[in-house]
Amino acid sequence: MKIFVCIKQVPDTETKIKLKPDGSGVDFAGVKWVMNPYDEFAVEEAIKTREAGKATNVTVLSVGPKTRIVETLRTAMAMGADDAIAIDAADDLDSISTARALAAAIKAEGEYGMVLTGKLAIDDNAASVGQMVAEFLNIPHATVVSKIELADSATVERETEGGTKEILELKKPMLIAANKGLNMPRYASLPGIMKAKKKPIKELTLDGLGVTATATRVKHVAYQLPAEKPPVKMLDGDFSAQAKTLAQLLRSEAKVL
Amino acid sequence: MSKVLIFAEFSHGQLKKGALELLSAARSAGLHATAVLLGTGAKTTAQQLGAWGVSEALVGDNAGFDQYNPEIFATTVAQAIKDSGADVVLASSTMMARDLFPRVAAKLDTAVVGDCTELSLKGDVTARRPLFSGKCTAGVSFTTSGPKIILMRANQLPVGDAGTASAVALKELPAPTTGGLGTLVKAVVKGTSEKLDLTEANIIVAGGRGLKEAANFKLLNDLADVCGATVGASRAVVDAGWVPHTIQVGQTGKTVAPSLYIAVGISGAIQHLAGMSGSKVIVAINKDANAPIFQKATYGIVGDLFEVVPALTQEFKAIL
Ligand SMILES: Cc1cc2nc3c(=O)[nH]c(=O)nc-3n(C[C@H](O)[C@H](O)[C@H](O)COP(=O)(O)OP(=O)(O)OC[C@H]3O[C@@H](n4cnc5c(N)ncnc54)[C@H](O)[C@@H]3O)c2cc1C
Repeated sequence: MKIFVCIKQVPDTETKIKLKPDGSGVDFAGVKWVMNPYDEFAVEEAIKTREAGKATNVTVLSVGPKTRIVETLRTAMAMGADDAIAIDAADDLDSISTARALAAAIKAEGEYGMVLTGKLAIDDNAASVGQMVAEFLNIPHATVVSKIELADSATVERETEGGTKEILELKKPMLIAANKGLNMPRYASLPGIMKAKKKPIKELTLDGLGVTATATRVKHVAYQLPAEKPPVKMLDGDFSAQAKTLAQLLRSEAKVL
Repeated sequence: MSKVLIFAEFSHGQLKKGALELLSAARSAGLHATAVLLGTGAKTTAQQLGAWGVSEALVGDNAGFDQYNPEIFATTVAQAIKDSGADVVLASSTMMARDLFPRVAAKLDTAVVGDCTELSLKGDVTARRPLFSGKCTAGVSFTTSGPKIILMRANQLPVGDAGTASAVALKELPAPTTGGLGTLVKAVVKGTSEKLDLTEANIIVAGGRGLKEAANFKLLNDLADVCGATVGASRAVVDAGWVPHTIQVGQTGKTVAPSLYIAVGISGAIQHLAGMSGSKVIVAINKDANAPIFQKATYGIVGDLFEVVPALTQEFKAIL
């Protein structure tokens, strides 16, 4: 059984975000790129599944500017993925076009048992590509998954509101979007990094996959930095005076009580 | 004028606050929205919608919709959107909606934008949403010729008052499909919390490592009880096993935007701020005057939480 893992390269969380002067987007110069943290859980789960003898091959796929995303694909292969597919595209391709490209690339590879991805990407927080890939592949999906038991089908646990847990059974093949808690992603070892250099990366284009780069359905415009907050009001006095003042301010000034 | 369809979640016959926010927004824009309600009690609940300017509801009053199944819901909702001819679809950005609507959008070859924080329904429909963990925001420009699907984060839009009741025409949706499904819901284990989920809560009291040990969360529970708040936490204390991951706020936890967020013994790491900086009013209680949380706070108290929190509980008791 083959496993496909869809991963995204995103700016490191500590990175400062600068906007282009005209607000048309983010100025990515000098940004440090990393694998989306939730995708690390997906990669780890795929490798673990193969190590447990339940899968034969782990392929990682990513959509984005080719020269940049190959680094993240190499990281996944250094963790243990077998091979990779890089789909070259602009960094602002929308979710549906991204999903179309991923689904087409997976289909072209033939039989597979499972597709894994992260529950969302921390850059655009769209949380959409996984479900869309599942729709285009016509397979069941589950998101926000913190536990997977794989047999003839997959039994997964997903967390919803208020700590409620849903247990779903998904027929193979299925798509599962990982949440934190699914596993502890491993670090790439030095031998792993050396090996990854020799692992194959297949390079595909949107055109080649039959996806029209201009047929996006939505884009982000008019970027803005958050409005400056007025400075914090520090409350004086001893703790009982502070508590009293705070209660009054919350009630009469902020009007939130 | 847009033809708006609102996916209205409800429980025990009551519309959820997120749904009321959207209904209020549509009504104040002078729109007569259509609503979709799925689950037992949909018909009676839909009657409340007249007071919100809704004259038509699409209802699936069927126990087969009581438990969310992505495949069943996606088929039903996509069909309902298509049949309604809506060009704008609004839903509250709940866990269910975020799982469901991308699949619906793929079926309809259109766009969905989740977790929006601003919405304007006057003239051309526009929305804004935070990107890069709230480090910036961007407007949403739809290029789709299909319906524009917008999921709004809770507590961003005001809820108006219900108007006078008026009749709502009901259209019944087909019963849920049962054959040929690849997804089976085997069990649902209800959370222990009776409280509102963090993502819906209007007030959150969150604790961090400054609480020193798990048992001290009692201080926060007491404070939360007097003001009807839900308790949240930083990752440090989740990782320490003091509280479950379900209540973690931040980049790898939940994104919240309550009216009031009280951060107790939380330093304000960037990953924590990513999950709560959209809160309307932020209170920081920390003994370190240089803690980064104060830079995001509206009101700050430098002090020992073990003194300040019980005092605050008393003050709240006195005025609430
Ligand atoms: C990839 C990644 C993702 C992450 N995701 C998240 C996330 O989702 N959510 C999250 O919260 N963190 C996240 N973190 C962790 C984050 O970086 C911080 O480590 C964490 O938020 C710190 O938690 P804390 O504020 O409780 O603890 P600390 O940073 O240790 O702060 C404790 C605070 O308590 C104060 N204090 C101590 N005693 C008292 C007292 N008696 N009275 C008053 N104040 C007192 C101290 O002054 C201090 O400011 C993430 C980190 C990474 C790398």
